[in-house]
Amino acid sequence: MLVKQRISSVGIHAVLIAYSVLALFPLALIVLNSFKTRKAIFRDPTGLPLGESFSAKGYDSVLSNSDFPLYFGNSLTVTVVSLVLILLLGAMASHALSEYRFPGDTFLGLYLVLGIMVPIRLGTVALLELIVSMGLANTLTALILVYTAQGLPIAIFIFTEFLRSVSKEIKDSARIDGLSEYRIFFEVVIPLVRPVIATVAVFSMIPIWNDLWFPLILSPGEESRTVTLGVQQFIGQYTVNWGAVLASLSVAILPVLVMYVIFSKQLIRGITAGAVKG
Amino acid sequence: MANTGSVSSEQTHRRPVRWYILVFLAPATLIYTIFAIYPIIESLRLSLYEAGDGGGVFVGLANYARLFGEPLWADQFWNAFKNNIVLFLMHMLIQNPIALALAALLSVPTLKGAATYRTIFFLPTLLSVVVVGFIWQLILSPLWGVSPAFMNWLGIGSFFKPWLGLESSALITVTLISIWQYVGIPLMLFYAALLNVPEETIEAARIDGLNGWWIFWKVKLPLILPTLGLVGILTYIGNFTASFDLIYTLQGGLAGPDYSTDVMGTFLFRTFFGFQAQLGDVYMGATVASALFFIILIGVGLYLFGVQRRLQRYDS
Amino acid sequence: MTTRVFKAGLLATTLCVSGIAAADKVVISIESWRAEDQALWDELILPVFEAQNPNIDVQFKPTTATEYNAALNARLAGGTAGDIITCRPFDNALAMYDAGNLANIAELEGLSNFSDVAKAAWSTDNGDAKFCVPMASVIHGFMYNKDAFAELNLEVPKTEAEFYAVLDAIKDDGTYIPMAMGTKDQWEAATMGYTNVGPAYWGGEDGRLGLISGDAKMTDDGFVEGFRQMAKWTPYLGNGFQAQGYTDSQNLFTLGRAAIYPTGSWEITGFQQNADFELGAFAPPSKDADSSCYISDHTDIGIGMNASTENKDEVMTFLAWTTSAEFAELLTNAAPGFFSLSSHDINVENALANEFVAMRGQCEATIRVAHQILSRGELPLGNQLWTLAANVINGTQTPEDAAAEAQANLDGWYKP
Repeated sequence: MLVKQRISSVGIHAVLIAYSVLALFPLALIVLNSFKTRKAIFRDPTGLPLGESFSAKGYDSVLSNSDFPLYFGNSLTVTVVSLVLILLLGAMASHALSEYRFPGDTFLGLYLVLGIMVPIRLGTVALLELIVSMGLANTLTALILVYTAQGLPIAIFIFTEFLRSVSKEIKDSARIDGLSEYRIFFEVVIPLVRPVIATVAVFSMIPIWNDLWFPLILSPGEESRTVTLGVQQFIGQYTVNWGAVLASLSVAILPVLVMYVIFSKQLIRGITAGAVKG
Repeated sequence: MANTGSVSSEQTHRRPVRWYILVFLAPATLIYTIFAIYPIIESLRLSLYEAGDGGGVFVGLANYARLFGEPLWADQFWNAFKNNIVLFLMHMLIQNPIALALAALLSVPTLKGAATYRTIFFLPTLLSVVVVGFIWQLILSPLWGVSPAFMNWLGIGSFFKPWLGLESSALITVTLISIWQYVGIPLMLFYAALLNVPEETIEAARIDGLNGWWIFWKVKLPLILPTLGLVGILTYIGNFTASFDLIYTLQGGLAGPDYSTDVMGTFLFRTFFGFQAQLGDVYMGATVASALFFIILIGVGLYLFGVQRRLQRYDS
Repeated sequence: MTTRVFKAGLLATTLCVSGIAAADKVVISIESWRAEDQALWDELILPVFEAQNPNIDVQFKPTTATEYNAALNARLAGGTAGDIITCRPFDNALAMYDAGNLANIAELEGLSNFSDVAKAAWSTDNGDAKFCVPMASVIHGFMYNKDAFAELNLEVPKTEAEFYAVLDAIKDDGTYIPMAMGTKDQWEAATMGYTNVGPAYWGGEDGRLGLISGDAKMTDDGFVEGFRQMAKWTPYLGNGFQAQGYTDSQNLFTLGRAAIYPTGSWEITGFQQNADFELGAFAPPSKDADSSCYISDHTDIGIGMNASTENKDEVMTFLAWTTSAEFAELLTNAAPGFFSLSSHDINVENALANEFVAMRGQCEATIRVAHQILSRGELPLGNQLWTLAANVINGTQTPEDAAAEAQANLDGWYKP
């Protein structure tokens, strides 16, 4: 029995490691080659950047030519603030939708998830006019508002699905204890939805962080430029200088990694918290 | 308000205005209405107009007649639609089973290093399409030589083909790249669902003499069916809305070769915003967008009224 | 009321970064798709203008070429586009003028420094309104690796027969890939292939204007022959050319692995920085020794005024400067390969650029065949040629079939 278990455990690790290689190899290739000379990149793409083939020239041009810390700060601000708004406002709305019966509740529920079905990108022109009339062009606020609106439907969809499956008993007993509806939301419902917060966060975060379109249209200004836009512009300047292109790609990967490490613990804690509760 | 102290019998029958419902719903509804619904409706409305002097002229459903009637438009539309369906089926048949299998392995309680694996598997999902597109173009490039060299090493070098450039294989290759990138999302959803399966249920099954494999099939899988449904519908929606970026990055606005990778997203973008010599046509663009909207609506409707109900019945 | 309070609260809680405006200078910005040229404008061109006009601060703000049209149109519609707009030629810029996005600058005096042919790319069909100052043209042709040609004892080809003889020789030798071109991005097939060598067969301007007037058809032998040439190129391309993109081709050539690169003068700067062999250029081959050669001397870039700019005077000052000999000289020598369209006598310093200029004396000139008028409908012929030319090289469509499809499309919407 024990032997059998050991074998199956080795088997599991073999599969997982194989997939890890598949997931990591392309990334490693980019980082590896970003430290090489142009000739070496093409002659021996899988070779290590040693001796003659080593060159950090790409990083030189990337780091001296652009304002990456500023872009990173912008991306972080936009992503975190939007995420907080999506999670909080989404949870509030879903709670109301799943908990209370009121006239038009079904309609409102459908209305709020309608946005999943059409990319907001279609409304670009009207959106831009709106943002300009509010005096928000070239601000991070514009991006935050759009991303929040864009992220809400899916958040509400997932939260509502989940909250409907949660039993009402806990909330009702809280009500008997005399808690106000607001306290029930913050003290009972929020802890309840923790397992899906991770899911919603993941779904909302990636498209925001990686979006190229709205930064390009709503806030292309230097002061409010995001990392993704910065990298994209940067690639455009070096069509043939692949050392610089690969370096800027590597630099673009780094902040996402940092971001994920920051969130990862929270996310997993959310997931496992649910497991313990269940 | 003045007679709070003496509540009349009539008022006790009528419920007090429940302001908290408004407080919970208003912020989300407002932001969403102003910054999502209003702009989208502004755009979709244009599908009933066509360009005229100094603005749009109302033409009713003429644009839809053009979209489905004129071969120039209809051919592009159905080609893109067909490609989207292929894309969706491949994600369902390849991406989601891989995600489920990896999630099942990760959720084995005795597994060491699960957190590390999880981070690694999720890494590609975090990357921008700009990065993903560039990486895979390099790897698959017949010139750069990573994949040809690798295949030579395996002794199957003669099977190498410029996959992204051939009509027969471009769409499949793009789809596999998309799966490589996005497998992390269903993986996370399945993983969270599997962790939420109550320990007692599994314990009971084990006492009944079921081994790990059967526990997964007979106990865990039925319990996470709602998540399977959720992943299915999210895959469906994402395949119509999110596939645009990757294809645009990898294959360009004309979705070559010979439109073999054209999907609704690229077709829509080309029509709406224009591409090179093609000028943007907001009216036809809005028409394509509306058609896309209805396609997704039908899918989501089927899910909500068909699949989800059955799942819930099964669940309870 | 609740809305406003809520919004105010939201604004207060989020970071609001507003643009920092320079207090005393008027800032005007240029929209462009030439992201590659950022350094050149920032360091060489704009400082000269700003030194003469200390009250104006000009900023070059490019968007990558693939997003330029879409992003610019959205910004124009929303009123946030830059003051100065870099114009693509013909139908594209005309549509922007018709939509009221580009101002009529016909009264700009300096426009007299440009030939009518140059101005035609940015005028209404009747010539009354002019909306962009012609900036530069690019000349199509071939670049080649001089070292490789010397090594294999090859002469620069002049006729079609010589051209294929050279390609055969390179192919037989095997050291170099004869021609660096791929079909993945499709546009090279049309731009560097079909409209590069094709004019020799359809007689340059005769054929192009014939299509517009309706006297010629895409199914005429000259236009079909252009496609046949594309089919003939296939065996000389590198292995896996179907998945070879534009940057792949650039790298293939500049790393010295391919001998010939069908292209245009816009590559000069990048190639001279990256290639460590000597570069040469030759014109598209003529049909035979008795016929003349044809080049696409394509009016490629113009510069105009956003009709809704708030800084009209400053923009006009800048546009006036772009008509000057000083600007022409700066541009031509800062960006060798982009040739000023002005009639000022400019001394081209770059030797390779001069090889392209010399083609103007030897060959008849035309422009890219589908750019004027023929790209005004659905599908635009310009886009359709991308797909068709790539298909023909890939061998998935016959030349005759491609030509017939193009003509069928034109018949669908174009009335001569």
